[in-house]
Amino acid sequence: MRRIVQYVILLALTLLFVSPLLLMLVTSLKSPAEASQTPPSWLPSPVTFQAYERIFGAADTPVMRWFLNSMVAASANAVLVVVTSAFAAYALARLDFRGKKVVFGLIVATLFVPPVILIVPNYEIVGRLYWLDTLVAIIVPTAAGGFGVFFLRQFFIQLPLELEESAFLDGANRWQIFTRIVLPLSKPALATLALLAFLTNWNDFLWPVYVLFSPEQQTLQAGLSTLQSANAVRYDLLMAGAVVASVPVLLLYLIAQRFVIEGVSRSGMKG
Amino acid sequence: MTTTTGQRAAPEVGTPLTPSRTTPGRPGRRRGDDLAAWLFLAPYLVLFGVFVILPILLGLWISLHSWDFTLPGKPWVGLQNYRDLFTPGSVSFDPFWNSMQATGIFTVCSVPLLIVVPLVVALVMNQKFPGRNLFRAIYFAPYVLGVAVVGVLWRYLLDANIGAVNAYLGKLGLPDHITWLSSVPEAWIALVFVTVWWTLGFNAVIYLAGLQDIPKELYEAAKVDGASPWSQFRYVTLPGLRPVTMFVTLTTIIASANMFGQAFIMTNGAPARETRTAIFYIAETGLQDFQMGEAAAASWILTVALMLLSLVVLGVFRWRGGVES
Repeated sequence: MRRIVQYVILLALTLLFVSPLLLMLVTSLKSPAEASQTPPSWLPSPVTFQAYERIFGAADTPVMRWFLNSMVAASANAVLVVVTSAFAAYALARLDFRGKKVVFGLIVATLFVPPVILIVPNYEIVGRLYWLDTLVAIIVPTAAGGFGVFFLRQFFIQLPLELEESAFLDGANRWQIFTRIVLPLSKPALATLALLAFLTNWNDFLWPVYVLFSPEQQTLQAGLSTLQSANAVRYDLLMAGAVVASVPVLLLYLIAQRFVIEGVSRSGMKG
Repeated sequence: MTTTTGQRAAPEVGTPLTPSRTTPGRPGRRRGDDLAAWLFLAPYLVLFGVFVILPILLGLWISLHSWDFTLPGKPWVGLQNYRDLFTPGSVSFDPFWNSMQATGIFTVCSVPLLIVVPLVVALVMNQKFPGRNLFRAIYFAPYVLGVAVVGVLWRYLLDANIGAVNAYLGKLGLPDHITWLSSVPEAWIALVFVTVWWTLGFNAVIYLAGLQDIPKELYEAAKVDGASPWSQFRYVTLPGLRPVTMFVTLTTIIASANMFGQAFIMTNGAPARETRTAIFYIAETGLQDFQMGEAAAASWILTVALMLLSLVVLGVFRWRGGVES
């Protein structure tokens, strides 16, 4: 009996999470007329790709270009985050140097600084660097967050010290220990961080909305709001745009679900 | 008992590492480590310095000027921007405090739900049953979608005329012309609901990890003592989850107080400016109207308010911990 109640709750929740996403997909395959019918039909008749054709062809809302921009920005950001964080995290986990506590304390403290404080001054800084309206503005500043360093440091300090010690006794230097022993042992953590960075950057919203202004420079998320202002209640087009913006992250999630969830659950230990 | 649980699950941040543990080979500091360490740190510290530390200080500097991004002159005005924000009747007073009120309403309504509902879901998930990982994956799925996707999707579902939500409410014989996105309090209900829908899985996953860290022996000991399921929850689960709950509370408050995308896409601040949150006001004032001095001052006020709130929350958790042990 208890089991039945439990499954009823679980299935009700599943319905609540899945049906909106399903309706998003279904609506993107409808004609404009069918998309505004109420209540919505759950099977488009007929199935049509005209919404996709329309948004891919429009000059003021170049969705394919946005897709490419998002891919480039999120991938570059993930690489930047993983590389810079891995170096810094290794120093904080394994090296002994003056000022270590201060550096680590600062990085941890900024994890709890509300993002709002950075918006206005970072706009000024990015403007001075002539990065406004370019993808560099989406790739670089967001890589400065402390999460990656913190996350990898926690992983590195758990690695068995013996391997590094014996390599050291064999005459290996810091660089060799880091690249030949620590990094290969850390592949799962590096992959998890890359994945989380990619997802975060792909989904970033406020910053690209204000920092990118040309239609062809938008990321998909910022572009969706442009698409919305251009097509008020053309929900067939809006849902097609939302599907395009969701497919890559949902695919990534489907493949690497375990990494994403484990990465997030480990972040709870940072408090 | 509760004390040991608390200590076991206590986060390891800030625990100083002894030299012998951090330095392979010999104990103590080795020559060359200082240089190597700073070289390893350099790439990240450049980013951190330019896009985190510098902006925090620059923001304070900007807030003391009449700072228009597009104009060459940026005259020093001292505390004038702050004074304006606190002076009833000034140009910036009403828009700023309306937006602070919106942020307050949203935070007060969403945070308790985002603390309790994911905990309930995590408790249901914290038992072995077939399909558990599948359910966990489904509940987490909305979180991997960006706020823009979630916002556009729910704007469609909540559309007053052709939205699915009103259509199905009508089928149940309930009111079916609710203007979810253009009147209050309906818009607040919609924004809070969508935020819970979007981020529930995130907090649930963190709780679930915390639940799995509570030693099974504690439950067994409680059962031996004849504790009811409720007392087990009250005296084992809750104290064991304290560090995780504190983390979830703090991060959820910061996230809710920085709510932007949902309002930007679903209501665009409507009706009037009722759902225009503080960060929305700051972004528009600073990055669209380029009144950056005023916007920087506003973001400092919001940040200080949030820091104080976080300290209160920390204090409450510490105090509760003291009471329990």
